[in-house]
Amino acid sequence: MAMDESVRKSVLSAVPSLRAFAISLCGNVDRADDLVQETLVRALANIDSFQPGTNMSAWLFTILRNHFRSEYRKRRREVEDSEGHYADTLKTQPEQHGQVEFREFREALAHLPSDQREALILVGASGFSYEEAAHICGCAVGTIKSRVNRARTRLAELLAIDSADEFGPDEQTRAVLAGGRD
Amino acid sequence: METAANRNKKDPAKPAKLGREVQARLGQQLRAMYDEVVNQGVPSRFTSLLTQLDGEENKDKR
Repeated sequence: MAMDESVRKSVLSAVPSLRAFAISLCGNVDRADDLVQETLVRALANIDSFQPGTNMSAWLFTILRNHFRSEYRKRRREVEDSEGHYADTLKTQPEQHGQVEFREFREALAHLPSDQREALILVGASGFSYEEAAHICGCAVGTIKSRVNRARTRLAELLAIDSADEFGPDEQTRAVLAGGRD
Repeated sequence: METAANRNKKDPAKPAKLGREVQARLGQQLRAMYDEVVNQGVPSRFTSLLTQLDGEENKDKR
Protein backbone atom coordinates (compact mmCIF):
# COMPACT_ATOMS: atom_id res chain seq x y z
CA MET A 1 0.00 0.00 0.00
CA ALA A 2 1.46 3.36 -0.95
CA MET A 3 1.39 6.09 1.60
CA ASP A 4 -1.96 7.78 1.57
CA GLU A 5 -1.61 11.20 -0.04
CA SER A 6 -3.56 12.83 2.77
CA VAL A 7 -1.24 11.22 5.34
CA ARG A 8 1.79 12.47 3.47
CA LYS A 9 0.35 15.97 3.33
CA SER A 10 -0.58 16.14 6.99
CA VAL A 11 2.81 14.76 8.05
CA LEU A 12 4.68 17.28 5.90
CA SER A 13 2.55 20.17 7.08
CA ALA A 14 3.50 19.35 10.67
CA VAL A 15 7.25 19.40 9.93
CA PRO A 16 7.92 23.16 10.32
CA SER A 17 6.32 23.24 13.75
CA LEU A 18 7.97 19.94 14.76
CA ARG A 19 11.35 21.46 13.92
CA ALA A 20 10.64 24.57 15.97
CA PHE A 21 9.57 22.41 18.91
CA ALA A 22 12.60 20.13 18.53
CA ILE A 23 14.96 23.12 18.52
CA SER A 24 13.34 24.42 21.67
CA LEU A 25 13.86 21.01 23.30
CA CYS A 26 17.45 20.36 22.38
CA GLY A 27 18.80 23.82 21.53
CA ASN A 28 20.65 22.68 18.44
CA VAL A 29 19.39 22.83 14.86
CA ASP A 30 21.28 19.81 13.55
CA ARG A 31 20.28 17.62 16.46
CA ALA A 32 16.72 18.91 16.14
CA ASP A 33 16.53 17.94 12.47
CA ASP A 34 17.83 14.47 13.30
CA LEU A 35 15.17 14.26 16.00
CA VAL A 36 12.46 15.21 13.50
CA GLN A 37 13.79 12.65 11.02
CA GLU A 38 13.78 9.90 13.66
CA THR A 39 10.26 10.94 14.59
CA LEU A 40 9.01 10.66 11.02
CA VAL A 41 10.61 7.23 10.57
CA ARG A 42 8.97 5.99 13.78
CA ALA A 43 5.64 7.57 12.94
CA LEU A 44 5.42 6.05 9.47
CA ALA A 45 6.51 2.65 10.75
CA ASN A 46 3.56 2.85 13.16
CA ILE A 47 1.12 4.72 10.97
CA ASP A 48 -1.45 1.98 11.57
CA SER A 49 -1.71 3.10 15.19
CA PHE A 50 -2.68 6.62 14.11
CA GLN A 51 -6.43 7.07 14.35
CA PRO A 52 -7.75 8.86 11.26
CA GLY A 53 -9.65 11.97 12.18
CA THR A 54 -7.51 12.71 15.23
CA ASN A 55 -4.85 15.39 15.34
CA MET A 56 -1.84 14.24 13.29
CA SER A 57 0.28 17.10 14.54
CA ALA A 58 -0.36 16.24 18.20
CA TRP A 59 0.42 12.58 17.46
CA LEU A 60 3.76 13.49 15.88
CA PHE A 61 4.61 15.88 18.71
CA THR A 62 3.97 13.07 21.20
CA ILE A 63 6.32 10.72 19.37
CA LEU A 64 9.02 13.37 19.10
CA ARG A 65 8.73 14.36 22.72
CA ASN A 66 8.85 10.75 23.98
CA HIS A 67 11.78 9.93 21.74
CA PHE A 68 13.67 13.00 22.92
CA ARG A 69 12.95 12.17 26.55
CA SER A 70 14.23 8.61 26.26
CA GLU A 71 17.38 9.74 24.43
CA TYR A 72 17.87 12.53 26.91
CA ARG A 73 17.63 10.20 29.87
CA LYS A 74 20.45 8.13 28.44
CA ARG A 75 22.63 11.16 28.03
CA ARG A 76 21.83 12.57 31.41
CA ARG A 77 23.86 9.83 33.05
CA GLU A 78 26.85 11.66 31.68
CA VAL A 79 25.65 15.20 32.26
CA GLU A 80 23.45 15.35 35.32
CA ASP A 81 22.03 18.82 34.90
CA SER A 82 18.61 19.63 33.56
CA GLU A 83 19.06 23.40 33.32
CA GLY A 84 22.67 24.32 32.81
CA HIS A 85 23.39 21.72 30.17
CA TYR A 86 20.81 23.11 27.82
CA ALA A 87 22.13 26.62 28.39
CA ASP A 88 25.66 25.45 27.59
CA THR A 89 24.43 23.78 24.43
CA LEU A 90 23.03 27.10 23.31
CA LYS A 91 26.27 28.91 24.02
CA THR A 92 28.13 26.57 21.71
CA GLN A 93 25.69 27.35 18.91
CA PRO A 94 26.29 31.05 18.43
CA GLU A 95 23.33 32.58 16.59
CA GLN A 96 23.03 29.48 14.50
CA HIS A 97 19.29 29.51 14.61
CA GLY A 98 18.22 33.04 14.94
CA GLN A 99 18.76 36.70 15.12
CA VAL A 100 20.63 38.55 17.79
CA GLU A 101 17.39 40.18 18.89
CA PHE A 102 16.12 36.90 20.35
CA ARG A 103 19.34 36.01 22.12
CA GLU A 104 18.37 37.35 25.51
CA PHE A 105 14.96 35.74 25.36
CA ARG A 106 16.41 32.42 24.20
CA GLU A 107 18.92 32.40 27.02
CA ALA A 108 16.20 33.08 29.56
CA LEU A 109 14.13 30.27 28.07
CA ALA A 110 17.14 27.97 28.37
CA HIS A 111 17.21 28.55 32.11
CA LEU A 112 13.73 27.17 32.65
CA PRO A 113 13.35 23.58 33.83
CA SER A 114 12.69 21.43 30.77
CA ASP A 115 9.13 20.48 31.77
CA GLN A 116 8.17 24.14 32.11
CA ARG A 117 9.86 25.09 28.87
CA GLU A 118 8.10 22.42 26.85
CA ALA A 119 4.70 23.27 28.37
CA LEU A 120 5.15 26.95 27.57
CA ILE A 121 6.22 26.24 23.99
CA LEU A 122 3.37 23.82 23.30
CA VAL A 123 0.70 26.19 24.60
CA GLY A 124 2.23 29.58 23.88
CA ALA A 125 3.89 28.93 20.52
CA SER A 126 2.77 25.65 18.95
CA GLY A 127 -0.86 26.61 19.49
CA PHE A 128 -2.01 23.46 21.29
CA SER A 129 -4.80 23.63 23.83
CA TYR A 130 -4.00 22.82 27.46
CA GLU A 131 -5.73 19.48 26.93
CA GLU A 132 -3.64 18.62 23.87
CA ALA A 133 -0.44 19.69 25.61
CA ALA A 134 -1.33 17.52 28.60
CA HIS A 135 -1.87 14.57 26.28
CA ILE A 136 1.46 15.16 24.51
CA CYS A 137 3.32 15.38 27.82
CA GLY A 138 1.41 12.54 29.45
CA CYS A 139 0.29 14.56 32.46
CA ALA A 140 -2.80 16.24 33.89
CA VAL A 141 -4.23 19.43 32.41
CA GLY A 142 -3.76 21.20 35.76
CA THR A 143 -0.09 20.26 35.70
CA ILE A 144 0.35 21.88 32.29
CA LYS A 145 -1.43 25.05 33.44
CA SER A 146 0.75 25.25 36.50
CA ARG A 147 3.94 24.69 34.47
CA VAL A 148 2.97 27.37 31.97
CA ASN A 149 2.23 29.84 34.75
CA ARG A 150 5.50 29.13 36.49
CA ALA A 151 7.39 29.36 33.20
CA ARG A 152 5.91 32.79 32.46
CA THR A 153 6.67 34.08 35.93
CA ARG A 154 10.24 32.83 35.81
CA LEU A 155 10.82 34.26 32.33
CA ALA A 156 9.55 37.64 33.45
CA GLU A 157 11.95 37.53 36.38
CA LEU A 158 14.89 36.49 34.24
CA LEU A 159 14.18 39.19 31.69
CA ALA A 160 13.50 41.70 34.46
CA ILE A 161 10.18 42.59 32.90
CA ASP A 162 8.33 44.20 35.73
CA SER A 163 6.94 47.35 34.32
CA ALA A 164 4.02 47.32 31.95
CA ASP A 165 4.89 50.86 30.91
CA GLU A 166 7.91 49.67 28.99
CA PHE A 167 5.81 48.10 26.32
CA GLY A 168 2.90 50.41 25.79
CA PRO A 169 -0.67 49.30 25.26
CA ASP A 170 -1.52 46.75 22.64
CA GLU A 171 -5.03 45.52 23.23
CA GLN A 172 -5.01 43.02 20.40
CA THR A 173 -1.88 41.27 21.58
CA ARG A 174 -3.17 41.20 25.13
CA ALA A 175 -6.39 39.60 24.03
CA VAL A 176 -4.53 37.00 22.00
CA LEU A 177 -2.22 36.02 24.82
CA ALA A 178 -4.91 36.02 27.48
CA GLY A 179 -6.78 33.44 25.46
CA GLY A 180 -3.89 31.22 24.50
CA ARG A 181 -3.11 30.96 20.82
CA ASP A 182 -6.27 29.62 19.31
CA MET B 1 -12.87 31.91 25.70
CA GLU B 2 -10.95 31.22 28.84
CA THR B 3 -9.23 34.30 30.19
CA ALA B 4 -6.04 34.49 32.20
CA ALA B 5 -8.05 35.79 35.14
CA ASN B 6 -10.38 32.79 35.07
CA ARG B 7 -7.50 30.39 34.84
CA ASN B 8 -5.88 31.91 37.88
CA LYS B 9 -9.06 31.61 39.91
CA LYS B 10 -9.29 27.93 39.11
CA ASP B 11 -5.68 27.20 39.94
CA PRO B 12 -4.92 27.74 43.61
CA ALA B 13 -1.28 26.73 43.18
CA LYS B 14 -0.58 29.58 40.79
CA PRO B 15 2.50 31.73 41.26
CA ALA B 16 2.24 35.50 41.58
CA LYS B 17 0.05 36.83 38.81
CA LEU B 18 1.77 38.57 35.94
CA GLY B 19 0.38 41.68 34.38
CA ARG B 20 -1.30 41.19 31.04
CA GLU B 21 1.20 43.48 29.33
CA VAL B 22 4.06 41.35 30.59
CA GLN B 23 2.36 38.18 29.45
CA ALA B 24 1.68 39.73 26.07
CA ARG B 25 5.31 40.71 25.71
CA LEU B 26 6.51 37.22 26.60
CA GLY B 27 4.03 35.66 24.22
CA GLN B 28 5.15 37.88 21.36
CA GLN B 29 8.79 37.03 21.84
CA LEU B 30 8.10 33.33 22.21
CA ARG B 31 6.07 33.19 19.01
CA ALA B 32 8.54 35.36 17.10
CA MET B 33 11.33 32.95 18.02
CA TYR B 34 9.25 29.90 17.17
CA ASP B 35 7.82 31.29 13.95
CA GLU B 36 11.28 32.13 12.73
CA VAL B 37 11.85 28.37 12.42
CA VAL B 38 8.32 27.59 11.22
CA ASN B 39 8.72 30.12 8.41
CA GLN B 40 11.68 28.16 7.05
CA GLY B 41 9.11 25.70 5.74
CA VAL B 42 9.92 22.05 5.05
CA PRO B 43 13.61 21.38 4.33
CA SER B 44 14.05 19.13 1.31
CA ARG B 45 15.56 16.32 3.39
CA PHE B 46 12.12 15.66 4.84
CA THR B 47 10.24 15.51 1.55
CA SER B 48 12.96 13.18 0.27
CA LEU B 49 12.70 11.09 3.41
CA LEU B 50 8.96 10.59 2.99
CA THR B 51 9.40 9.61 -0.64
CA GLN B 52 12.13 7.16 0.34
CA LEU B 53 10.09 5.65 3.21
CA ASP B 54 7.10 5.33 0.92
CA GLY B 55 9.23 3.46 -1.62
CA GLU B 56 10.56 1.05 1.00
CA GLU B 57 7.07 0.32 2.21
CA ASN B 58 5.93 -0.52 -1.30
CA LYS B 59 8.88 -2.85 -1.81
CA ASP B 60 8.17 -4.66 1.48
CA LYS B 61 4.57 -5.31 0.65
CA ARG B 62 5.11 -6.64 -2.81
